[in-house]
Amino acid sequence: MITVNGLEHHIPETLYETKLSTWLREDLALTGTKIACDIGVCGSCTVLIDGEAKRSCKLYLKDVLGTQITTIEGIAGEDGTLHPLQQAFIDAGAIQCGFCTPGMVLSALALLMINHHPTRSEIRQALKGNICRCTGYQQIIDAVEMAAKHMYP
Amino acid sequence: MPLIKLELEELPALYDPEAALQPDAPLINEEHGSNICNYHCVRTGDITEGEEDADLVIERSFNTSRVEHAYLEPECGLAHFRPDGVMEVIGSMQHPFSTRRFVASTLSLSLKDVEVKTVPMGGGFGGKDDTAALVCARAALCAYLVKRPVKLVYSREMSMRESYKRHPYTMQYRMGLKRDGHITFVKVRMVADGGAYCSVTPWVTWRSTVQCCGCYMVPNVHCDVYGVYTNNVFTGAFRGFGSPQVNFAIEQLVEIAAQELGMDELDFRRLNMVKQGSTTITNQVLDTHTVSLQEVMDKVLSEIDYETKRKNCSYGDPAMDKWYGIGLAISYRGMSLGAEGTDFNSAIVNVQPDGSVLIETGVHENGQGSESAMILIAAEELGLDVKRIRYRMPSTSNIPDGGTTVASRGTLLGGGATTNACRILKGIISEVLEKQYGKKASSFVDGNILDENGELICAWEEAIRLCYNKQVYPYAFGVFQAPRVSWDEETGHGDAYFTWVYAAQAVELEVDAKTGNVKLLNIVAAHDVGKAINPELVKGQFYGGMAMGAGYGLLEEVPLKAGTPIPTNYHQYRVFRATDLPEMTAIIVENPDPTSPSKAKGIGEPTLEITAPAIANAIYRATGARYYDQPIKVRRPRP
Ligand code: FES
Ligand code: FES
Repeated sequence: MITVNGLEHHIPETLYETKLSTWLREDLALTGTKIACDIGVCGSCTVLIDGEAKRSCKLYLKDVLGTQITTIEGIAGEDGTLHPLQQAFIDAGAIQCGFCTPGMVLSALALLMINHHPTRSEIRQALKGNICRCTGYQQIIDAVEMAAKHMYP
Repeated sequence: MPLIKLELEELPALYDPEAALQPDAPLINEEHGSNICNYHCVRTGDITEGEEDADLVIERSFNTSRVEHAYLEPECGLAHFRPDGVMEVIGSMQHPFSTRRFVASTLSLSLKDVEVKTVPMGGGFGGKDDTAALVCARAALCAYLVKRPVKLVYSREMSMRESYKRHPYTMQYRMGLKRDGHITFVKVRMVADGGAYCSVTPWVTWRSTVQCCGCYMVPNVHCDVYGVYTNNVFTGAFRGFGSPQVNFAIEQLVEIAAQELGMDELDFRRLNMVKQGSTTITNQVLDTHTVSLQEVMDKVLSEIDYETKRKNCSYGDPAMDKWYGIGLAISYRGMSLGAEGTDFNSAIVNVQPDGSVLIETGVHENGQGSESAMILIAAEELGLDVKRIRYRMPSTSNIPDGGTTVASRGTLLGGGATTNACRILKGIISEVLEKQYGKKASSFVDGNILDENGELICAWEEAIRLCYNKQVYPYAFGVFQAPRVSWDEETGHGDAYFTWVYAAQAVELEVDAKTGNVKLLNIVAAHDVGKAINPELVKGQFYGGMAMGAGYGLLEEVPLKAGTPIPTNYHQYRVFRATDLPEMTAIIVENPDPTSPSKAKGIGEPTLEITAPAIANAIYRATGARYYDQPIKVRRPRP
């Protein structure tokens, strides 16, 4: 059993050797999980596994049995209201092409869950595993700061 | 019994452009007749006179490397041969119209039988023009043959191996100087490695030719630029397009010149830089827009406190473990394609019966925010809330070819066409209103249409209803044609670009005296953008360009083995991460451009083109050593 965004999925043994990233994108059609390197160095495929940011291209389904997985599709409110982090990314101009954004948002969320008031350099450190080729990171850091203020006033 | 006999003769491969230029070198593309892909020159004034006038002559050579775009989304294409006989393609590409051309010629279809629809793209930076179109054409070929939709997605390894890179340059400069600081001449020879095929080498090198002396006035110029075929991976368009290379050289050269003259490098720049009404080295008079070079430079200097901090530079002081340096670079850049190509674009503004608006342009969303820029331009022009306007992702079957979204021309050209379409639309609506109310519409504000006394004629919705009742479509097609430019290949003279932008950046950094590691501490940039349509996104272009420019200066290169890229993925091709970059400051300077209907100019490329030389100059002030090769690897200064 793997729980993805609150929904339970039964995993037959034949899928054990499937990559988590491939399964999410192709079987569950959760294409917000992006694949840019497929070797675990860029962070685009980041998802939360039991609250921790992990690279789904480096994991096989057999590695994540029994876990709770959150993808970018799973963080908005039920009525579709964006998560404060998502909103902050928009407000801060932190999205250009958007390809890194799902991974960035989830890495940032993992940080904010354990550190409610991170400094800019702590944010940089937490996002070190996520490559963005467009933004120079500045407005991404702004967005995370902005969201932290909003989420944990 | 074999039916075919094949005889192969292996020719020596040519990996060095200088070797490819030798008269007895084997021809790489025989049909071209020469390994010189293209040649450009500038001949201004009299170089011998310049030599005679000079009190001092300096000579330096610079080398730049091949660089990978490393857009995060790899190339992909999805093709579907529709039952109505149209090949429909979507994909990660920068130019739907060149994709359409590639697909049509691959399948021998006419252009009307190929429809390329655009979807937002995961980064391009100039790199998703021809390779991306090819990927789509291959997907289309498969779809055509198997009669099923086909999706083709590149792995990072394929992408890095096949896609074109930035042109590596070698540049030999000779510069003459008067004691009083004036430049008397520049003689320069540049060789660009185009690789095995000709993508856009003639145009990349053309920009380098026009901008070969940087943003300085030089009375005597002798410039030769060669684009050369080699057996290396081919090179093509990349954000900056022939200017990052030149700026890396010239912005160091002017500081070397100032130093040899015993002059302040800022005074040297101020003396020689182009000013309002100056004539460029190609004989273009800069009088159609505000020449704001001095302004952007002063803004950066004061923001970073350059002159105070310059006193703290280490110059390789043996007593110190960490060396501090600050450096500056400035530039001008011709906007859009210039005399490299036809330069026009169109927009459709289509008001729906309920008053909401659909707009569409021939510009493509590369992630730079052109969609929202177009919406903002239309909103301002029509006096409507942005929520009333939707940007319709264009399809090649619905709007004319607007040329590729490159050369920082998206906002300038697409915005120009959008502005013009909105103006035509207002004319149509005004005519209907005048017939109905006998009043002339003079402004469109806050969803209302006012007469010349500022009195309300009617609300926007009312006006649109009236149009439909009167059987008049509130629909307009607007075109923006770039003003005329000119170029003479023989002399290298002409009005190369219809407008220019001006930029300055400064960098503070620290060099570890033991390891040579460079740590960036601060980057400040000021760019004249004409008008910032969407300031947050304009700043995004600043930071993204500066980050990429810093990577160009310190990190990025694609080494080759037998002409093929060695790096296969991000573990070998490193780009800057969040922890490698300092906090950056973006200063938007706005001098509305009269040649641009929306008053805006471009910003995508200028931000990238001077970070590396600013770093080089800062490294000099930190270490006391000049580095002529990009990326800069500080040699371990102390054992
Ligand atoms: S795609 Fe998984 S880390 Fe890059
Ligand atoms: S926004 Fe394009 S990679 Fe981050």
